[in-house]
Amino acid sequence: MSLVPTSSQTVGPFFSIALGRLCNENIAAGTAAGECMAIAGRVLDGDGMPVPDAVLEIWQADARGIYPRNGEKEDSSTAKGLCGFGRVATNEHGEFRFVSVKPGSGSDTEGREHAPHLLVSIFMRGLLTRLMTRIYFPDEPRNANDLVLGLVPEERRDTLIAKVADRAAGSFQWNVILQGTDETVFFEW
Amino acid sequence: MSEPVSYRLPHLSTQPPLLHPAYVSSQKRAPTLPLIRAPHTSSELSGPIFSASSVEPRICDLTRQSSGAPIGERIVVSGKVLDEDARPVRHTLIEIWQANAAGRYLHKKDQHDAPLDPHFTGCGHTLTDDEGRYRFVTVRPGAYPWRNHANAWRPAHIHFSVFGPAFASRLVTQMYFPGDVLQAYDPIFNSIADEAARARLVAGFDWDSTIPETALGFRFDIVLRGSRVTPMEK
Ligand SMILES: [Fe+2]
Repeated sequence: MSLVPTSSQTVGPFFSIALGRLCNENIAAGTAAGECMAIAGRVLDGDGMPVPDAVLEIWQADARGIYPRNGEKEDSSTAKGLCGFGRVATNEHGEFRFVSVKPGSGSDTEGREHAPHLLVSIFMRGLLTRLMTRIYFPDEPRNANDLVLGLVPEERRDTLIAKVADRAAGSFQWNVILQGTDETVFFEW
Repeated sequence: MSEPVSYRLPHLSTQPPLLHPAYVSSQKRAPTLPLIRAPHTSSELSGPIFSASSVEPRICDLTRQSSGAPIGERIVVSGKVLDEDARPVRHTLIEIWQANAAGRYLHKKDQHDAPLDPHFTGCGHTLTDDEGRYRFVTVRPGAYPWRNHANAWRPAHIHFSVFGPAFASRLVTQMYFPGDVLQAYDPIFNSIADEAARARLVAGFDWDSTIPETALGFRFDIVLRGSRVTPMEK
C-alpha cells in the first residue's frame, strides 16, 4: 500500500495564535554543554521589504553533533538542556533572533563527516509550502567537504554561511533573501 | 527509530508550486531560483518529538476553553495520521487554528468586520494516540474575505500543523469542508494541480464520529512523507 502525502497549504497571516505557544528563542538552556551562540537576521521579500509575518523552525544537533531524541528541554536524554528545536517568528521589521549552542559536526548515513549546521524551515503567508535550508558557520574547515554544501554552486554558498556579528559575544548574522541578488539557497529534500 | 525510513519526493502535481501567480502574495515571496535537490542525512531524518507533558489534554476541545460556550455549529474533527505505507504516526503533535463561526480570527491583524467571540480562541493542539488517531471538538469556522483579488473569499477551513518523526515529514496544511462552493474560486486551494490531491484536503462528513444531539462529525486523515520501503524495492 502506498498513500500519497497530504498537500501542503500556506500558514497564512494568523498562525501566531496557535504556533506562538511553542515559539522559543532559547534552543538551549544555560545548562547545555557547548559554545553559546546567537543568530539574528532578517527575512526580505522580492522588493527588499522586511517580511513581518514569517515563522522559522530550527532543528540542530548538540555540541557533539548528536540529535536530541526529544523536543523538550526537561527530559532530553541526549544533551542535557538542549531541545534542538526552536521556533521564532519575525517582528514588524522582519527580524528574528535565537540563542543556542553551536552544533558539533556529525556524520551522514555513509559515515561521512559533515560540517556543523542548523536546519531551517521557513513558513509565511505567500508560501504554499515551507522553504527548507541550512545555516553553516564561517571559518569552518569542514565546510569544504560537506556533502550538502558541495551541491551548491560556489557563488551561492555564501548565502548559507552565517556572518560573524560579534566574535566575542558569539553572535552571528544570517538573512533570508527570498528573491533577487543574493537569493538564499533553498533545498528540495 | 528502529526501522529505516526513506523519504521520496512527492509527485509534483500533488503539492502546490512555490510561485502560483493567482495567489498574489506568492509573487514577491516565492524564490525565483530552482531548489537544490539534496540527499537526506541524519539531520533531515531526525526531528523534535513532543511528549505528553508538552500538551494540555483538554485544549483539544475548543468549545470548552472558556467559561461559556462559543457561538456556532459544534463539530467533531477527527482522523488518523499515517505514513505512506499507511502505518500510524504515533504520538505526534498536531496544532490547529481557525476563524470563529463569524469568520474572524483572534488576531490583532485580522481586520474583518465580524464579531470576535469571547468564548473562542480558535486554537488547539493534541498528540496522536497509539493508532495515530486524533480528535478535536470545535465550531465550524466561517468563510472570510481577503484582499487577494476583488470580492475574494476564503472557503471555510481549519489550519493544521503536523510534525511526524523527522524534519523531512513536517507538514502545514488546511482542511476544508465538503460542499463549500467557495473552493472553486480559491487560489490557495486550487494551487494544487492534482484534482484528487485537492479532494483529499476536503474532510468527509462522518456519521461515526457524529455525537447525537450535540455535534456533526468530520473526518480528515493526514498522510505524512515517509516509507519503510525504499523506492528501489518498489
Ligand atoms: Fe485561514
